[in-house]
Amino acid sequence: MAEKLGILGRKVGMTRIFASDGSAVAVTVIQAGPCPVIQVRNGETDGYDAVQIAFEEAKEKHTTKPARGHFAKAGKGLFRNLREIRLEAPAEFEVGQELTVSLFAAGEKVKVTGTSIGKGYQGVMRRWNFAGSKDTHGCEKVHRSGGSIGNNTFPGHVFKGKKMAGHWGDERVTVKNLEIVDIRAEDNVILVKGAVPGPKNGLVLVRKQ
Amino acid sequence: MNIIKKIEGEHLRFDLPQFKSGDNVKVHLRIVEGEKERIQVFQGNVIRIHRGTTGGTFTVRKVSDGVGVERVFPLHSPFIDRVELVTEGRVRRSRLYYLRDLKGKAARIKPKNRF
Repeated sequence: MAEKLGILGRKVGMTRIFASDGSAVAVTVIQAGPCPVIQVRNGETDGYDAVQIAFEEAKEKHTTKPARGHFAKAGKGLFRNLREIRLEAPAEFEVGQELTVSLFAAGEKVKVTGTSIGKGYQGVMRRWNFAGSKDTHGCEKVHRSGGSIGNNTFPGHVFKGKKMAGHWGDERVTVKNLEIVDIRAEDNVILVKGAVPGPKNGLVLVRKQ
Repeated sequence: MNIIKKIEGEHLRFDLPQFKSGDNVKVHLRIVEGEKERIQVFQGNVIRIHRGTTGGTFTVRKVSDGVGVERVFPLHSPFIDRVELVTEGRVRRSRLYYLRDLKGKAARIKPKNRF
């Protein structure tokens, strides 16, 4: 269960930069942190070990009264987003301590979690790359259908996990082994090599691995 | 978007001369072979400039031993040592793909009139 430390951020977009050896690298720009620690959970009182981190300041009118009470304990103001990261030894962090991009170093490999772009209700050809049927040669009404979904009386049901049409995207996706190209501490920005799940301005969690 | 512009701004090059489609240029490329580094020159006509920020490119076409050769260079690449503007050409469009279908005398570009 134990994860490694990370911070929350927003995906700003993608661009291309030139690395120190001159090669062009496609990077995703993530504006991350600073994330104050709001609460440290421990096994005795909470039943599990974790740190609770917050991101993006919120106005008072956008927070609920219980949330205001919770944030008041940390004394760092009000925030829009709260996430918990399960750690083996969260006791080394104090409430109110700020986590910034300086947590990471250029060249390090990280895990990035986000919510993928929602694609709506999609057929099997787009969602699962099925081949579909013929357009001609007597083919009727089934041009983009998935074909058979199982057998007969035996087994008598459609197997669980059968790939069919349905809602695609808008789900939690984690990409591992993304290399950090650059850290810009003055702007709270991380440049990650390659793509990151989610739309622009989507909330992402960048973790060590 | 301002953050992206700022990051890209640090990687842009402003030291190259202003050249256009139709111009004849010498591109001095830095080529790294193991430890050594040397300069290779590619001379030809610019047939396309794809502008943009760090992703911008330009295409140079030359005819080498009767074979047309085109190379696409990133506009802001550190591998480009320098670009020399040899002659400015008089052309009426920005994408000179028609040169690919022409040979010999017909494939020439008139130099720009300078009054």
